Amino acid sequence: MNKLKIITDGILKNNPTFVLVLGMCPTLGTTTSAMNGMGMGVATMAVLIMSNLVISLIKNFIPDKVRIPAFIVVIASFVTIIEMLMQAYVPSLYASLGVFIPLIVVNCIILGRAEAFASKNGAFDSVLDGIGIGLGFTIALTIIGAVRELLGSGAIFGYSFGVADYMPLVFVLAPGAFLVLGYLMVLFNKIAKR
Amino acid sequence: MKSTLFNMVAVLFAVTLIASAGVGAVNMLTADAIAEAKALATTAAVKNVLPEFDTTEDWEQTIDDMPIKVYKAIAADAVVGYAIESMTKNGFGGAIRLMVGFSTEGKILNVNVLEQKETPGLGTKMCDEGNVLFASIKDQDPAQMQFFVKKDGGDLDALTAATISSRAYYEAVKRAHEAFLVASGAKATADGVSGATATADAAATTDAAVATDEAATAEENVEGAEAQKGGENE
Repeated sequence: MNKLKIITDGILKNNPTFVLVLGMCPTLGTTTSAMNGMGMGVATMAVLIMSNLVISLIKNFIPDKVRIPAFIVVIASFVTIIEMLMQAYVPSLYASLGVFIPLIVVNCIILGRAEAFASKNGAFDSVLDGIGIGLGFTIALTIIGAVRELLGSGAIFGYSFGVADYMPLVFVLAPGAFLVLGYLMVLFNKIAKR
Repeated sequence: MKSTLFNMVAVLFAVTLIASAGVGAVNMLTADAIAEAKALATTAAVKNVLPEFDTTEDWEQTIDDMPIKVYKAIAADAVVGYAIESMTKNGFGGAIRLMVGFSTEGKILNVNVLEQKETPGLGTKMCDEGNVLFASIKDQDPAQMQFFVKKDGGDLDALTAATISSRAYYEAVKRAHEAFLVASGAKATADGVSGATATADAAATTDAAVATDEAATAEENVEGAEAQKGGENE
């Protein structure tokens, strides 16, 4: 039960996008369509689980004052390794997700969870936290992407309803990202607080 | 753990050493596979933009200081078409690389976007099946068209809210066409100096067409720049 709560907390009570408001740069930048949002979310989740695991394992060997640079080196190495592996063995996935991968390094969710959770908890719990937060991020980005895609280009997951010319394009552009994010945040918190 | 100068230096050194060793090792393991995947992607693109062929001859040209790679496709000792890997540096997010397939008569058969960094959801539509950019040049001969976007007075459609991406796409296609003219022998030189060759007539007409195009584009660019100030997107 307690273990399950770590995961559901990541999705609801500590949702990285709607509640913690972390990682806004990739959130606003990549959610122009539902598919892009989901891609960014899944790539982030993969790195988050790996970095949480490693950091929770090495936390006892890292002196407090240099823990942040050490965490950053770990995270950046993982991102680079994942990027190279994807490029080599799943080039088609890399072609669609490739642009998001380097962005993960600067995603403060990863460092935030390393600092707030993985450096204080055991390996198993840290992996669960990575899954929970990763899912929360993926779900949030997919919803934002879906709403923007639907309103801005009259399509969902690339399936077009053929009304693209009549839709307000602003939702695909940067101002629309802020609008959608703001209203969804209000809605999410209203429902979650109940 | 309590921090002392010694353990801070030692731990950071160890962490960076292990991390860089890990990255280096993965790089060594994957370098060949990455190069292979890239080569495969290029071959697939050549196949995708041309009719069936047996072998290709390839060489490189330089047009406007950019390397343009030409693949001449041969089936049963006859040339069946040319695939040209062209590029532009004027995309909204930097360079765009395309593979353009030409029939022997100079008609555009297919276009594959190999690499682009355009805005997701706007300029990236150039990669979609049946996008308006490709639709307006499919089976057309660029020499027979006003080869710039309608906003600039030409014959070509542009992507909504991605005019700069669209201009860049057509610029790369046009560069591919220039390379095609050189490769197929219709034009003697890459930079369009009067081509007094055996095919003087054809060369002269093409040169003239190219020259008018260029003049018009230069003019329109000014207009385009003004439109840009008016809050045009991408």
